Amino acid sequence: MADPLHQFQVTPYEWLDFGEVTLPVVGTVHLAFTNSHLAMTIAFVVVVGFLTLVTSGAKVVPGRLQAVGETLFGMIDGMTSSIIGHDGKKYFPFVFTIFLFILGMNLLGMFLSFTATSQLAVTATFGLITFGLVVIIGIVKNGAGFLKLFWPTGAPLVMRPVVGLIEFFSFLLRPITLTLRLFGNMMGGHIALKVFAGFVATAVVGAAGWFGLLIFPLAMGMTIGLTALEFLVAFLQAFVFAVLTCIYLNDVVNLDHAH
Amino acid sequence: MDPQAAKLIGAGIAMCGMIGAGIGVGNIFGQFLAGALRNPSAAGSQIGNLFVGAALAEALGILAFVMGILIWIS
Repeated sequence: MADPLHQFQVTPYEWLDFGEVTLPVVGTVHLAFTNSHLAMTIAFVVVVGFLTLVTSGAKVVPGRLQAVGETLFGMIDGMTSSIIGHDGKKYFPFVFTIFLFILGMNLLGMFLSFTATSQLAVTATFGLITFGLVVIIGIVKNGAGFLKLFWPTGAPLVMRPVVGLIEFFSFLLRPITLTLRLFGNMMGGHIALKVFAGFVATAVVGAAGWFGLLIFPLAMGMTIGLTALEFLVAFLQAFVFAVLTCIYLNDVVNLDHAH
Repeated sequence: MDPQAAKLIGAGIAMCGMIGAGIGVGNIFGQFLAGALRNPSAAGSQIGNLFVGAALAEALGILAFVMGILIWIS
């Protein structure tokens, strides 16, 4: 049986492998077009192509395709304005972009042989972009008042430094949990799928003998069920990432009048 | 003990963290259902909160899972 972790290997395509290249600032790097790169490019093309297709023949009364695009747009639009409030419209493009890109990569992972979001480097980039944006917006909008985020006015005065310290560390943990949630969910789901598919293969080639007759229907049913679950998880994780981005942005945007 | 065996046992033990995530996610959905049956009209507006809570509880289990995987493949 093939190793279930084999699917996460990043391999460069030979005809696009440029070998060791010396870049001006970064230094010497191994430059190559990999399968991870290809998966992200396909996701990008699919997302841009889909939205172009949806909006090209826009009508007042939407057709089927336009309704799909409008539902996605309306869902994120409603979320930003309900969580961030009045200023939500300003941050909608960022949240919508990150939501659609992660959703595209998650869903394409179910159709292609490679899931870009099951790479720690990819999800860590998303986590750091979101965290960096929250910190920058917090400092630009509030200046030194940004530190009020770690000064819980609801707690008794004696407890405030302690609670503030805990708040500070939980703030620093945000990019890590954002990163690992997406990474762990996608990797875990795909490993489970491969393991159960491996059981089916074991039963079919007869490696388990007559016992295979019992294993096959169980493992096959489990694989089908897990595939359905993975589609749900693919959507849910993109949605959760978008919701958490909104919540973190709301923390710093509405710092003065917390609600 | 054989280091390879100890590593595999350690990876298995690390997965115990998933127990807590299971309890947490089950608790969230159970409480949501209990609340939704008492006041069905308010349930729809809380779906977003439900999934965020489930994701936050699940993230801690995922940390244990990632740790287990790291021990396994290291």
